[in-house]
Amino acid sequence: MFDRILPYLLSGISVGGQYALIAVGYTMVYGILRLINFAHGDIFTAAGFFMVYIATALPVQFAIPLVIALTVALGFTVERIAYKPLRSAPRMSVMISAIGVSYLLQNLMWYVTGGLAKQYPTIPWISESITIGSATTKVVTLITPVLTILLVIALVTIIQKTKIGMAMRAVSKDFETAQLMGIKINSVISTTFIIGSLLAAVGSVLYFSNYTSVTPTVGAMPGLKAFVAAVFGGIGSIPGAVIGAFIIGICENIIKALGYTTFSDAFTFALLIVILLFKPTGLFGEKTSEKV
Amino acid sequence: MIMLKVTDLKVNYSGIEALKGISFDVRQGQIVTLIGANGAGKSTTLRAISGLVKPSSGSINFMGRDITMLNPQRVVAEGVALVPEGRRVFPNLTVKENLKIGAYLRNDKDEIEDDIKDIYRRFPRLREREWQLAGTLSGGEQQMLAVGRAMMAKPKLLMMDEPSLGLAPLVVKDIFSIIRDLKSEGITILLIEQNANAALRCADFGFVMETGHITMTGAGSELLVNKAVKEAYLGSK
Repeated sequence: MFDRILPYLLSGISVGGQYALIAVGYTMVYGILRLINFAHGDIFTAAGFFMVYIATALPVQFAIPLVIALTVALGFTVERIAYKPLRSAPRMSVMISAIGVSYLLQNLMWYVTGGLAKQYPTIPWISESITIGSATTKVVTLITPVLTILLVIALVTIIQKTKIGMAMRAVSKDFETAQLMGIKINSVISTTFIIGSLLAAVGSVLYFSNYTSVTPTVGAMPGLKAFVAAVFGGIGSIPGAVIGAFIIGICENIIKALGYTTFSDAFTFALLIVILLFKPTGLFGEKTSEKV
Repeated sequence: MIMLKVTDLKVNYSGIEALKGISFDVRQGQIVTLIGANGAGKSTTLRAISGLVKPSSGSINFMGRDITMLNPQRVVAEGVALVPEGRRVFPNLTVKENLKIGAYLRNDKDEIEDDIKDIYRRFPRLREREWQLAGTLSGGEQQMLAVGRAMMAKPKLLMMDEPSLGLAPLVVKDIFSIIRDLKSEGITILLIEQNANAALRCADFGFVMETGHITMTGAGSELLVNKAVKEAYLGSK
């Protein structure tokens, strides 16, 4: 029994790590702007395409940093163009803008790729096979959770221990008073988008190296699931998003192991409904009372 | 010497004129108070000086520099700090972090540590609660923290918006004695209060505001005995 479950468990942990890297971007942006950044999943997909095109020209070890840099630039630009001008607008306007950006990015990707699936490059070493006990898997499956946890620890340390982290926490509670301290709100928000996009880019490299190709909509599903993970963990909470992502990744794959593959996606979204019904603040979410 | 000069300041909130052209000066080393009823425009005045709201006309001059259109961060950098209404400490930051964030624009690490110690000497309660989240403090402690946080910016002018609001009478007394202490250390203070009595007692100079205008000016002691002020704001006949 265990032998049969083990490969699924491994890939569950791995997928969970990939969801976690995306989910952190959702939850951080929400924590500061109270905005669900619908474009985040598309930025993740765009990172996949950056890799496809850059890897044709450059060796992978140079391509990866460049992909990360481009993804960060994309996330930063989206915030500056589509969200910053709406800083004092009602929250609904910003959300609609986010949906707009999401479709814009998707359609741009259709346009550029001509709608054809593009082959994702094979990344040496992490695409190699490895045998653990009875399970044969790729190196990336083992690296993902380790890398995810290291990145999250680094992030939490930045937020708890550094000056910019302190500013982020202050801004997430009170824009106006943060400004009175001399904090530049816009730089803090940009930093948040930069961190979120950086993690999404790393997540994208790990995620797509499990697949052979990238299409413009392929990021939508992991993006949505990461969003569910962020809600499950309590949106705004980084540890919550990470734990939520691992739980979802593992559960999905256990369900597959039990032979109900068809239902693994349905499980995640059923979970979303259950959370929203019974514990809308999620595992670690703060209780917020809307300001009148 | 005139430190802050506000000239014909007007502020509109979506069509409603909250300030209808007010002018006043704050002299260096003094405590100056704006008193008046709710909605008279007192908070708006401080918010406009801080850069949180942009005036529609008029000018604000601080130490010879025009700060009318500066962003809040720039105004703090010029040396004007605001203790906002309702204290607004960062509830998710510790007491010490709240003080550190008050010094956000400063880069002198060692001096910041010294200044934090100085704040702790002034408010020993804050030292006891150094590692507690500010959200867990009592109202009076939060007010001390809010004042301490503003002090960390080393302001030349400290503006306080209703520091006694919602505090127990004994704590209110503490707050006013802190204000006097700050003055004796050479800090200029612009104070807004609904507690007109206490404010005028410690103020060198006072302005009475009504619906966006300044209607009376005078030394604190003068206003305190002024018949009209007494009737309207001091609750005595």
